[in-house]
Amino acid sequence: MKLPPLDYIRPVTLAEAIAILAAHGGDAKAIAGGQSLMPLLAFRLAAPELLVDIGRLPGLRHIDISVEGVDLGALVTWRDIERDARLTYAHPLLAAAIAHVAHYQIRNRGTVGGSLAHADPAAEMPGIAITCDALITVVGPNGTRMVPANEFCLGGLSTVLEFDELVTNVRLPPWKQNRRWAFEEFARRRGDFALAGVAAFYDIDQNGTMRDPHVGVIGVGDRPMRLSVVENLLEGKSLDAGLILQAAALARDAVDPTDDIHAEAAYRRDMVGVLLERVLARAGNIVLMEAA
Amino acid sequence: MNNVSQLLVGHPVERMEDARFLSGSGLFVDDLERDGMLHAAILRSSIAHADIVSIDTSAALRMPGVHAVITAADIGGEIPVIPLRLAPLPEFEPFRQPVIAADKVRYVGEPIAVVVADSRAIAEDALEAIDVQFEALSAVTGRGATEDALFACADDNVSLRYSAGFGDADAAFANADYVRTERFSVQRHTALPMETRGLLAEWDSSSARLIVTGATKVTFYNRRALAKMLDLGQDDIDLIEIDVGGGFGVRGEFYPEDFLIPFAARKLARPVKWIEDRREHLMAINHSRDVACELSIACRSDGTMLGLRGAVFSDMGAYIRTNGGVVPAKAAQFLPGPYRIPNVSVSVETFMTSKTPVGTYRGPGRFEANFFRERLIDMVALDLGIDVAEIRRKNLITEAELPYPIDGLVPYEGPTSYDTGNYVEVFERALLEIGWRDKCHLQGRLIDGVRHGIGLGCFVESGGAGPKENAALTLERDGSLTIAVGSSVLGQGLETVLGQIAADTLSIPFDRIRVLHGSTTLLDEGFGTYHSRAVVMGGSAVLDAAKKLREKILEQAANHLGRPNSELTIADQHVVAANGASVSLAALATEQVLSADGTFANTTRTYSYGTHAAHVTVDPRTGRVEILDYVAVEDVGRAINPAIVHGQAIGAIVQGLGGVFFDHLVYDEEAQLLNASLADYLVPTASDFPRLRAVTLELRPSLTNPLGAKGAGEGGIVAVAAATANAVAAALTPLGVEIHHLPLTPPRLWRLIKDARDRTPTAA
Amino acid sequence: MTRTVAVHLTVNGAAATISVEPRTTLTDALRNELRLTGTHLGCEHGVCGACTVIVDGAAVRSCLMLAVQAEGRDVRTVESLGDAAHLGPLQLAFRKHHALQCGFCTPGILTTAHALLSEEPDADEDRIRDVISGNLCRCTGYIPIVAAIMEARSAYLGVQAEAAQ
Repeated sequence: MKLPPLDYIRPVTLAEAIAILAAHGGDAKAIAGGQSLMPLLAFRLAAPELLVDIGRLPGLRHIDISVEGVDLGALVTWRDIERDARLTYAHPLLAAAIAHVAHYQIRNRGTVGGSLAHADPAAEMPGIAITCDALITVVGPNGTRMVPANEFCLGGLSTVLEFDELVTNVRLPPWKQNRRWAFEEFARRRGDFALAGVAAFYDIDQNGTMRDPHVGVIGVGDRPMRLSVVENLLEGKSLDAGLILQAAALARDAVDPTDDIHAEAAYRRDMVGVLLERVLARAGNIVLMEAA
Repeated sequence: MNNVSQLLVGHPVERMEDARFLSGSGLFVDDLERDGMLHAAILRSSIAHADIVSIDTSAALRMPGVHAVITAADIGGEIPVIPLRLAPLPEFEPFRQPVIAADKVRYVGEPIAVVVADSRAIAEDALEAIDVQFEALSAVTGRGATEDALFACADDNVSLRYSAGFGDADAAFANADYVRTERFSVQRHTALPMETRGLLAEWDSSSARLIVTGATKVTFYNRRALAKMLDLGQDDIDLIEIDVGGGFGVRGEFYPEDFLIPFAARKLARPVKWIEDRREHLMAINHSRDVACELSIACRSDGTMLGLRGAVFSDMGAYIRTNGGVVPAKAAQFLPGPYRIPNVSVSVETFMTSKTPVGTYRGPGRFEANFFRERLIDMVALDLGIDVAEIRRKNLITEAELPYPIDGLVPYEGPTSYDTGNYVEVFERALLEIGWRDKCHLQGRLIDGVRHGIGLGCFVESGGAGPKENAALTLERDGSLTIAVGSSVLGQGLETVLGQIAADTLSIPFDRIRVLHGSTTLLDEGFGTYHSRAVVMGGSAVLDAAKKLREKILEQAANHLGRPNSELTIADQHVVAANGASVSLAALATEQVLSADGTFANTTRTYSYGTHAAHVTVDPRTGRVEILDYVAVEDVGRAINPAIVHGQAIGAIVQGLGGVFFDHLVYDEEAQLLNASLADYLVPTASDFPRLRAVTLELRPSLTNPLGAKGAGEGGIVAVAAATANAVAAALTPLGVEIHHLPLTPPRLWRLIKDARDRTPTAA
Repeated sequence: MTRTVAVHLTVNGAAATISVEPRTTLTDALRNELRLTGTHLGCEHGVCGACTVIVDGAAVRSCLMLAVQAEGRDVRTVESLGDAAHLGPLQLAFRKHHALQCGFCTPGILTTAHALLSEEPDADEDRIRDVISGNLCRCTGYIPIVAAIMEARSAYLGVQAEAAQ
């Protein structure tokens, strides 16, 4: 399983990297940590003529926390997130979700930008970006554009990125005080891609009702998605066991997974409901008497 | 004589092989480099069943750095076929595998061409340039006749059928109070050693000799097979065994590459190295298990077992390789297990499909048979209202009944008997260890969202297969000892164990002993490592040689010191006489060559036995199973190195749990292997099964060999599916779920729970 | 044939310059160019962990890194942890606990554990299990591996205490 023949270049500026990608018209591919790309190359499922190593480009490994939100540079690794104690407060949902990404060695090299660009439907980072209404900064030959996360993924392993564009930053909107949240995913083993995962958060107004609920799912379609039908149900209500079960039922109907070798579609569909129940129960501190 | 406290046998001696492995200085086949060495890669069929219309290698041959592309056309004459090493039944002969596909391919992964190039990367580049035209035929994925039969001689795709048994099962079933029949299956999976296979073949044109490094398991047999195929004398070939990264039954059998790589080396007169990559490993190395069984039991209403009928169906894949029908034969043979069942009738049907051929994997047939039987026993207990421990206690063979003949379950094998043991005592120990009395009230209980279950699985396990093993011991001139043995070392710590045996007999310090193993250069004949035989056979051969060498040393010392043998002892690397005179071993070895050959022949099998017990929880909403406690109790007769035996047991339990929950080679209806990567072929990781225990007992030594050992490599795996599946089934019994099929993945358990609930909407 | 590129890096404390094709993985460069064969290839697609080496202090899968990406980096392999005659504390603990059998996965587990304990000498059992779950072993069942790493912690705690003084 040796890599196919390819050439390699390591530009020193972002502009240079983009110029090289543009000049090769789709035959070049950016590599940073390489944790998704290298296996594809090893299986010869991808065979670019040129790898453009963006791993050492300056100014892309920042974790900035401000009133604008949390900015993650494209070259931030999972380990960077794990080690940044500020994120436990500044964005606990991000910290919790990223704790599920892959294994120790992968976490040392895998990057935020690489995960977004690879767009695995079961990956945590794109799922959190969508759930949180993140803004993704994309730089190409014609300058910079800001892409809302929910418009970024187009389908299985496919995004709006042109061949000569790079993700440079993802901005998660500021995390409000006293926000209720939880994240749950179900994977076969520690570090595996999830068979299904659910992220949810909402704020509580002075009447104790839910405001601005966000519910996102991973692993149950060709891309991560928001469950707006569930969000609409929750908006303005106060959470109780009955509402949770209602939400779970809506969630099951809202997703459209397919069969694969790891699980039948019906299982994934049901897991979205089970996980949403558990997520909402945890977020709302509600004890559910689970049937079974 | 030795001071007892210095004896090494029976103690958890640290392993002599560890220092090199821990420092990265082990020597595995891919670590070898030779001047002028070339690298091979193999073009494997991407299609399961097809006629080969044409193979165009011209573009590949034109690529810089490519030295040869070898296809069937280049072999010349008849394409050699892989021989049947075990139980060479004539029925299997038409189904043997040619070493390279000529005009037909029968599974995804079958070798079509070998590229030899300056580097493995270039060789892989060239694979993409070979153009093979296929005429597709319909693939066969299951039992039964098909549109395009796989072999002209078998239009129903069946390669073997037989029936066997003892007693009168028909009468037993006709007269029984209670009869139950169920169908079970174990999925296709494989051993997955961490080191893939690899070979380095070197041809010396001047002497017309071939050296193949990377061989293991049965090197002497494989040399005979290779010599025949290459039309060389056995003495013209050496198979060399170096460090091996795990075998578990699958590695070291004669595979197509064991011909193709030496052939390439001879053709090019250059050293050729081939290292299997993980993708080809999953489609090329023997698959295993993949056995279904229709099992019937006849009992009295008090649970006394009267008769057992089992029909075993085995998917052999596309060809019958070296192991022949061992997997289904052993699945049938071990159906009765450690129970007193007077009337047993078994049948075996092996059928061919368009999948990778099947061979043995740790506990072949036993893992399956124990799962089938122990599951059925729990169902019987439930039906009859008998406690699952009580029904086993009632039917286990007692010590007074041993030796207990179980003749006739394999038609081509001679009589055999369970040798020694106290099955009941070991069973009770397992109950004690798991806390059966305190925990059995938890069966099926829902606590904090998960259901508890405790399961039991009892087994007997054969080991120590004959016919023979050889060893040669040499006292070197520096007073150190060299042991050469025909047994193979595949990472299980055998060097240490054999060293312990020799050290005790010869009173030579452990760190002055070197163990050479496996290679055909060491001895005239060796028999290898399989069927938990290395310690029983190889260890006994070393013991025999050590005793002889001890006599020779004393004899020489008697001459030297002028004292009779009876007054001499070996101590501190010297022979010491009663009068205090002494001579060093080194001095004696300098005076005269001091070496001895040992051998051990034995056709009587050993039978270890034991009970596994598992306490699990099942999340009925996700199907996730957690092992809260697991204990395997086994009587191995004698443990030469308890730490090694314990390590074997724990490792085997986890491998077995992989077979229960993870390992699964998945094919689609076109017989395409869907998970030829470790991202999709799942095995246990460190966080999956942290709570396991193994209790190794030495209650009843084997009488078949002077060590009293029974073989300890496989008892840890053989009852894992039995105990674990029974625990999962017990947890889910209140939901109306029964377990018949592995693997127990969360989606599958979820489906069983859902289907049970849909059948009886009121069940909760 | 593609061109070769010179790569300058530090391996086990010594400067090294190698010339590799760009497609060469760090594993293949270490094994074939520098003949450091203690680093093993078990899958070549980033799952088994046998190829784990330490790059600038962080454990990485060397099959998922190009050799050219190691330009200027500090690489440590299993060979740096102690030779056969002078085993380090982690290696000694592995021997004591019978935490290896065939030894093929062992180098990757040792480098992983070394990186972990160098950074987190107080890692608890759950953390150790979690980290080691990125390395596959087919022989041991992992239990003795975790026990060995637990035992080796004290040696690393000592190192950290010294460094703090």
